[in-house]
Amino acid sequence: MPTSLPLLSILIWLPILGGLAVLAVGDGRAPLARRLSLGVAALTFLASLPLWVRFDPTTAAMQFTERAPWIPAFDAWYHLGVDGISMPLILLTTFITVLVVIAGWEVIKSRPAQYFASFLVLEGVMIGVFAALDALLFYVFWEAMLIPMFIIIGVWGGARRVYATLKFFLYTFLGSVFMLVALIYLRVEAGSYDLLALHRLPLGMTEQTLIFLAFLAAFAVKVPMWPVHTWLPDAHVEAPTGGSVILAAIMLKMGGYGFLRFSLPITPDASHALDWLLIGLSLVAVVYIGFVALAQNDMKKLIAYSSIAHMGFVTLGLFIAWRILANTGGADGIVMGLQGGMVQMVSHGLISGALFLCVGVLYDRMHSREISAYGGVANTMPVFAAFLVLFAMANAGLPGTSGFVGEFLVILASFKASFWYAALAATTLILGAAYTLWMVKRVLYGEVANEQVAALTDIGRREFLVLGVLALAVLLLGLWPAPLIDVMATTLQGLAEHMVQSKL
Amino acid sequence: MNGMSAFAPATAEIFLVAAACGVLLVDLFLPERRRALTYWLAMATLLGTAFCLLATAPEGRIVTLTGAFVADPLSQLLKLFTCGVVAVAFLYARSYLQVRGLFKGEYYVLGLFATLGIFVMISAHSMLSLYLGLELMSLSLYAMVAFNRESPVAAEAAMKYFVLGAIATGCFLYGTSILYGVTGSLDLGEIARRAAELDGLDIHLLVALSFIIVGVAFKFGAVPFHMWLPDVYQGASTPVTMFIGTAAKIASLAMIIRVLVEGLGAMHASWSDMLVVLAVLSMAIGNIVAIAQTNLKRMLAYSTISHVGFILLGILAGTPAGYQAAVYYTLAYVIMAGAAFGMIILLSRQGFEADELGDFSGLNARSPWFAAIMLIVMFSMAGVPPLLGFYAKFAVLAAVVEVGRTWLAVAGVLFSVIGAFYYLRVVKLMYFDAPGDAAPLTAPADLRWVLSLNGLAVLALGIFPQALVAVSVRALG
Repeated sequence: MPTSLPLLSILIWLPILGGLAVLAVGDGRAPLARRLSLGVAALTFLASLPLWVRFDPTTAAMQFTERAPWIPAFDAWYHLGVDGISMPLILLTTFITVLVVIAGWEVIKSRPAQYFASFLVLEGVMIGVFAALDALLFYVFWEAMLIPMFIIIGVWGGARRVYATLKFFLYTFLGSVFMLVALIYLRVEAGSYDLLALHRLPLGMTEQTLIFLAFLAAFAVKVPMWPVHTWLPDAHVEAPTGGSVILAAIMLKMGGYGFLRFSLPITPDASHALDWLLIGLSLVAVVYIGFVALAQNDMKKLIAYSSIAHMGFVTLGLFIAWRILANTGGADGIVMGLQGGMVQMVSHGLISGALFLCVGVLYDRMHSREISAYGGVANTMPVFAAFLVLFAMANAGLPGTSGFVGEFLVILASFKASFWYAALAATTLILGAAYTLWMVKRVLYGEVANEQVAALTDIGRREFLVLGVLALAVLLLGLWPAPLIDVMATTLQGLAEHMVQSKL
Repeated sequence: MNGMSAFAPATAEIFLVAAACGVLLVDLFLPERRRALTYWLAMATLLGTAFCLLATAPEGRIVTLTGAFVADPLSQLLKLFTCGVVAVAFLYARSYLQVRGLFKGEYYVLGLFATLGIFVMISAHSMLSLYLGLELMSLSLYAMVAFNRESPVAAEAAMKYFVLGAIATGCFLYGTSILYGVTGSLDLGEIARRAAELDGLDIHLLVALSFIIVGVAFKFGAVPFHMWLPDVYQGASTPVTMFIGTAAKIASLAMIIRVLVEGLGAMHASWSDMLVVLAVLSMAIGNIVAIAQTNLKRMLAYSTISHVGFILLGILAGTPAGYQAAVYYTLAYVIMAGAAFGMIILLSRQGFEADELGDFSGLNARSPWFAAIMLIVMFSMAGVPPLLGFYAKFAVLAAVVEVGRTWLAVAGVLFSVIGAFYYLRVVKLMYFDAPGDAAPLTAPADLRWVLSLNGLAVLALGIFPQALVAVSVRALG
């Protein structure tokens, strides 16, 4: 596809340079910094729309590619491009960032310019992760993400923010460095950092297994999968609302994206051989973490655990492929599982983001995240209650919302593999409904719990706008998921065919 | 080569020694209020030296002065870099010394002679010239450490540095003498030829090699020969610490390349395993012990030890890519360490040394700009992309994976995760904690500018790493 503008570069560098400009404006001129941030975020979102409009869904090849020498001495290239997997995630990133900037408008009182600048820089780097087609470039973006997030949690977070942010950083750093060694090893084998060349590289079983485990260390921490999920509840609880939204909506998706872009195509045989491990861990996440979520008293923690459970669906959908192949002998179900995983990622990005924003709305007013501090909020905040109920239903996977589509596809795919996988995965329909709706009941309904709740004011125009846009997106994707599924169909079909072929 | 042309490749050294003597003489007759002239003359000397270097850039490899001196692209690069970091160290030192009443001409003269020693080491092609350069550098540095004679800590540090340094040079000399006995020569080219003919497991050669490696490891500060480093870093005044931490590291790198790679390259199989032990221990002890430090200079000392471990990884790979990575890592480390020590000098003022970690608390509230610079430097030292330090680590890791020692790469990355913790703690203090000290920064403008440029270089060379990688590759091309 001929393009005159280097669209992906613009999407990466516009927010980064915009963030630096916001830093230059400084905390002293907060109103200007806010407006500039919103302008940059909105402009980036608008600039990302052509990705969708001009995307060619009939090809699995990379589109909007850019390639320029970057570090010739290391043979590393500034190589960008998107396909049906990364394009929706980039749009999700630009969309959510706009909402995060609006959500932080009045709430952030201390050092607002640094706050907004961190999010803008983070946005550019995250888009870089999804767009990079050079392994070294990918790794650079992947790790660079940690710096702004470390600052965001540590500066604007809650009481235990220092502990949470250090844990977040070290956990993810530890996971990632193994990936670095694996990438270097692949470079030595393939003679190139080009991702597409790595996809084609034949590898022996031992090599594949070790590389797969190294990738697993990086991606499982990011997803996060049980048992390396413990950083997430801490980070989510302590992060400011915007940080939680970005973490849940986009950063967790990088783990799933990593599996799709690296583990499955580069080490298909090891993925096949170890799929029992991934399926097992995914089901543990769905079932066990579902119960853990049920026991939470802190709203943010509950949503954090719910995120882990929902991401379990993503990994289940990706790694169920070989069981489906063994059971049915056909590849149809594989694509369904992959589609389910992808839809679940996008949908979870919207829903978890919305839920964290809802908690943020309450927290800004009451300065408590404890469920027990609330009760009867629906009486004083009816509009807010309507939104929260909608997002809670979506989180529970109610048909008509986006949450349903992904889970349904994954459960359907699991059925093709084995009844028991599907049965265990389907417990989420009960558990998810239980922990989400029980929280909603305790927070929104019943008698007005205390005077603070009685004094609550309903959401303002700004909050209404943010939640309203998200609600529309959740409903739209739930009622009419075809546009999303269509853009990724060809790419996922290609991936499914690639990964069932042995590289040995 | 004979006549004057034999001296031509050493023009820079000749200019440097003449100019340093000139500065010494001029300083003797300067009245106290004109002392700044010494500073400017010292800077002019460095500039002139750099100019001589550029003017006499060797095409290939020239060995001259009866085999004692070598000029090659590597020596060119390392010497230019040394000129640069010494100039920065001089600049940082100026206001620091003035405020403390230590602004004496001898400081700059000693610094110039130390630079000369480093030059001689970089260009050594004989064990003897290497030793002479080493002694010239070390003796100048001992005096610089003890420069603040009122300070008992500085005197103690100088004493430790001197005694342990003497042991190190002693070991080095002892190894050299055995090597001379075995190969019959002090010329590195001749040694290389003989060593290749002899059996690599010849016991005399191995003994010589061991002693030489002990000497080199002492100077580099590799575990278990690192004991002097934290005390000297802490005890010396910060500009001197910076000198030892940056310029002297370039000299150590030159020493290890000249002796091990060029002289005893045939014994790679033997020394690479010795370096494995040194490298892994350095990365482990350096990173773990740094966590326990509350003094920033001590913390940077242990951080240096861990970085030395990484540099040794590059050397022990034994491939051109490995040596290039080691050179690249050293240059990157010098740039980062220069900025880190510069930050300490920036925050210090009369009667107050900002060398405790707590002194960095809340820096973001006091000066967002310099907090950001320190943030860049700390993340870079931790090896987080897109900053300079990451590519340095990456180059070294790629070199060891390429020779099939993947487990060393895994050890390296694991220890750098441990190391990330204490760098993050500095960021945490600057950004997450409230300021404990509200005094405005009083550093002069030139220091601020140079420090800002230094910090931005860490970022710029991270986003566009090719420039520095390319010069390292070309130096050993």
